[in-house]
Formats: sequence, C-alpha cells, structure tokens
Amino acid sequence: MKIVIIDYGAGNIKSIQFAFKRLGYNAILSNNPEVIKTADKVIFPGVGEASSAMQMLKSSGLDILIPTLKQPVLGICLGMQLMCKSTEEGNTKGLNIFNVKVKRFNNTVKVPQMGWNTITDLKSKLFKGVKNQSFMYSVHSFYAESCIESIATTTYSLNYASALQKANFYGVQFHPEKSSSIGEQILKNFITL
Amino acid sequence: MLTKRIIPCLDIKNGRTVKGVNFVNLKDAGDPVELAKQYALKGADELVFLDISATLEGRKTMIDMVLKVAEHVNIPFTVGGGITSINDVDLLLKSGADKVSINSSAVKRPELINELANKFGSQCVVVAIDAKQINDDWIVHLAGGSVPTNLNLFDWAKEVEARGAGEILFTSMDNDGTKAGFANQALAKLSDTLNIPIIASGGAGTVQHFVETFKEGKADAALAASVFHFGEITIEELKVALKDNNIEVRF
Repeated sequence: MKIVIIDYGAGNIKSIQFAFKRLGYNAILSNNPEVIKTADKVIFPGVGEASSAMQMLKSSGLDILIPTLKQPVLGICLGMQLMCKSTEEGNTKGLNIFNVKVKRFNNTVKVPQMGWNTITDLKSKLFKGVKNQSFMYSVHSFYAESCIESIATTTYSLNYASALQKANFYGVQFHPEKSSSIGEQILKNFITL
Repeated sequence: MLTKRIIPCLDIKNGRTVKGVNFVNLKDAGDPVELAKQYALKGADELVFLDISATLEGRKTMIDMVLKVAEHVNIPFTVGGGITSINDVDLLLKSGADKVSINSSAVKRPELINELANKFGSQCVVVAIDAKQINDDWIVHLAGGSVPTNLNLFDWAKEVEARGAGEILFTSMDNDGTKAGFANQALAKLSDTLNIPIIASGGAGTVQHFVETFKEGKADAALAASVFHFGEITIEELKVALKDNNIEVRF
C-alpha cells in the first residue's frame, strides 16, 4: 500500500503522517507528480489561507494533476475546500472537483469554529463503523454548503457539508488525524476503499 | 452542536513535566508523552504544553517532545512559551503542534500576530493574556504576572482579534492558584465583545467552577492544571457533571 500525502507547503502534515503510522502504515510526503500518480491512496491536506495555498499548488503544477487522479483522494480541511468550485477566502477559484461553493461563517457564531462537533447523515463507505453523531475535531472559518455531494452534515449556525464525495474524490472538513479513535477509523476506512 | 472543551495544561521544563503529578497507572509521571496519552484516553478535548525552560538547550528538547506527542497522541495540542518569531512557529507546526500560543512577544511586538495569522492561518494562533485587576481595571501583565503593562485587558483582546488571533487564552492572575473559581465576569465580557473563542484559565478548584465558567463566564473552553494532575477532578466526572448541567460536551 503506497499512501502519499501531497506536500505543497501548506500546514501541519506531520500529524497526518503520524496518524497513519499509528495505524501501521508508512505514508510518504511528496510533491512529485510521478510519485503522486503512482500512489494507491492520496491525501490532500491543507491548513492556512486558501489563495496562498492555491498559489503553491499552481507553482508545482499540482492544480492540473489533482483533478486527473484516478485512485482514492482524500482532501482534509483546506484541502477539501480547495477541491470545491470556489472559496470566499481570498476570492479563490478552486479545483472544481466538487460542485459546491465555500463560504465564510457569519458572525452570529464565533469564527473560527474551533473544537469538537458532531457529524450526521453519513452516506459513504468512508464512515463504515462510524456512528451517527460522532464527534470530530474541526478548526475553520469557511464551510462548504450542503449539496448533493454531501456525505456528512454538521451544524454550526447552519447545516454545512462536513464531508463530500464524488467518484474517487473524498473531502472532509474535520481533521480525522486529530479526532481520536473515530478519526482513525475514518482513515482506516479510506485506506481500505 | 459544538461542544465546550476541557483542556489540561502541562508545564514542561527541559522536556519533562514539572509540578507533581498524581496519576495511577502511569509509568513515568514526568514524561509528557505518557501523561498526554492518558489525558487523551480519558477524554480531554485538547492539550496545552507550556515550555518554561529558560535555556536554549531546553527549547531544543521541546521540539523533540512535540514530535513525540504528535506521534503518539490523537487529539489536538497547543504549544506555548518563549515563542518570538515566525521561525519558532514554523518549526513547532512542522513538528506536529496544531496551534501555538504567544504572550509577551505579542505585547512587545503586536505585528507578530498579523505575521503568524497571514503565514499560518488564524486557526493556529492563540494569544495568551495574563491580567489582574488594579483599581477596577483589568491590566495585562507579563512574565507570569510580575510585570504590569499599560494595556487594558479588553482593549488588548480586541486588538489581538483584529490582528488575526484565532483564539484567546485568558488567565486571571487574581484567580490563578486560588482554586476559588474562574474570573467569570471578565470572561463573559470578553466573550460578549469578541467573536473568537475564549479559553478560561486560572482558578479551577471544583467541578462547579467549570459549570459556572461555561454558563456565567460564557467560555468556549476551560483550562486547568493541578486539579487534573493531582486527580482532584477527573475528566470523566467533570464531563458527566457538565452534561447534567445541560452543557454540551464530547464523550
């Protein structure tokens, strides 16, 4: 099993690598298109600001590569948001894999949403063995709107898509690598897709 | 529903936890990794590690500790203490920390908050504020409460938010160590004035104090050290009590 974590300079990818290590897998960090193309599973992480992250993707040609991948790809947090049509953060155009826009939470709630919230309406093999209303850890100011590609829903002032799927592409807004044993179950499910 | 968070705080000196720890089944109570694993298992929502090493050598050891915690612990953690530059933060985040907490360095050079928020995102920038009441004014203090500044808590907190902090960790020096409860009035005022999460710190002594800081203090999270380390309050019993008081918590 060759798991590749796309390393394009955005955020805390060590935690994801360690999470796989705890599951007994050695995940490789790479921004090399050949290495990414030949992976069995690809993780597309991201923490930070959308427009600068997209700039980093573009400078290594990964914005072209990622939408063409055929193996299971899991976007995490900003990675998931960048797979959407667009995001309000820095008015950034996304990779347009998921047909949904990313918007900012309004100020009726604290922004960023920081902490543990539940996921419901689970609709994918990604959540095998994961109970409805399980708690996942999230830190974010922007969210993907509920849409037909939603495979999990979370409520924070409104219902938003906390996970998305289209064909071989998966995205989660929360951090499975930081979400205790349930998060690890989701990563395990992704590996066995 | 987003839950309230319970955050044990560990003081680290030269890679070891300081202050006594009274935990059963712990092979090495001085080992921060062992302790962090225990807390994660017991249901802590996050952890904070505060580096109180005074030497460069101690700081280097901290990076090793961060790597080990990230390797073995599956909940988020914040690292604070002695952080003064983008490079410090870069190294900590690359080693697996989820957030960093800055305090004196933000007061000395507030632009640091903007720089960190722009480079790494607001979500990982926690600004810690220590304050005490002097003639009815909450005055920000540095160096563990020993050095007063001319900053008012609420003005400084607003500035910190405007500069891009993602969260505020407010410690009342008046309450810290008293075990008489959190500074809920000041906390509620912070929560009402700001739109970023507030972590309450200083004064935890009983389960009821946590209930009060979430209800009256409107805190988003509560941090404590000794009551957890000495086993005076367990995370499990605390969460049950919070739930009984209709406060949303994670189990």
